[in-house]
Amino acid sequence: MSFEKVKALLVEELDLDENEVTLESNIREDLGADSLDMVDLIMSIEDAFDIKVEESDTASIKTVGDIVSYIEKK
Amino acid sequence: MKVAIVTGAGRGIGRSIAEVLANEGYNLVLNYRSNKDELEQFVQTLKTKVLLVQGDVSDYADAERMIQITKETFGQIDLLVNNAGITRDNLLIKMTEEEFDSVSSTNLKGTFNCTKHIARIMMKQRFGRIVNIASVVGITGNIGQANYAASKAGVIGFTKSVARELAPRGITVNAIAPGFIKTKMTDAISDEAKTAALSRIPLGTFGTPEDVANVVAFLASDKAAYITGQVIKVDGGMAI
Repeated sequence: MSFEKVKALLVEELDLDENEVTLESNIREDLGADSLDMVDLIMSIEDAFDIKVEESDTASIKTVGDIVSYIEKK
Repeated sequence: MKVAIVTGAGRGIGRSIAEVLANEGYNLVLNYRSNKDELEQFVQTLKTKVLLVQGDVSDYADAERMIQITKETFGQIDLLVNNAGITRDNLLIKMTEEEFDSVSSTNLKGTFNCTKHIARIMMKQRFGRIVNIASVVGITGNIGQANYAASKAGVIGFTKSVARELAPRGITVNAIAPGFIKTKMTDAISDEAKTAALSRIPLGTFGTPEDVANVVAFLASDKAAYITGQVIKVDGGMAI
């Protein structure tokens, strides 16, 4: 369920096609996000899921699956 | 229709910016802190849609509310003009902490507050123009204006940094550094000081608010698409 919501955010933020986004997609390398996109994306995730992503955790978020499991752990 | 926010639009340069932008076809959100009645009369003369928003830009929450109202009313924000500014002139040895802090809060922090809250909206739009009104005094310094000059120098550094940060999203950020412009703010200066100032202006006259407003309109236009992080002096050559 989180995946669908995260996917929708990624599609909107990065102007992607839905089928481009899988759990294995690397957000920077496969989906083309730059550092500004990453900050923006994390802020959108915080708003959408009403969570706080710790600054120290952001470095370990590389794939879409990383985001989903981070949200589910929260 | 493009949408612009002008802070400190109650009088002086801000009001002139509003007038020029309305003539260019912008729908406007005009922020003011006081003098509402005067502004309401002025707004009647403008031909585009105008929303007046009372608020103190030095207040983080006020700035956020103003940006949100704009977004909700017009759906987009093309241009932010950080114009709101105050002076509390005094010689350093006589300057109070309050005189320093109030000028810094409105001029520098106010610019941060509004820009900060608009940045994500413009990033998502992949378009935006931000024009900050600095001052030539922020480049040259001025006796009796350590607080004002420091705040305006701060605005210039802020402009250059944010220009770099937001450039990848098609957002340009520039500053205008007016010299001696005829407004209520400069009316307060003594005749002696005015004569002295005039002698340092190669073009030989004081500027008008329209001289500044026209540059805002240019920087906001498509013609200035390749200009970012710049400080344009509008000072009659005072600080060449």
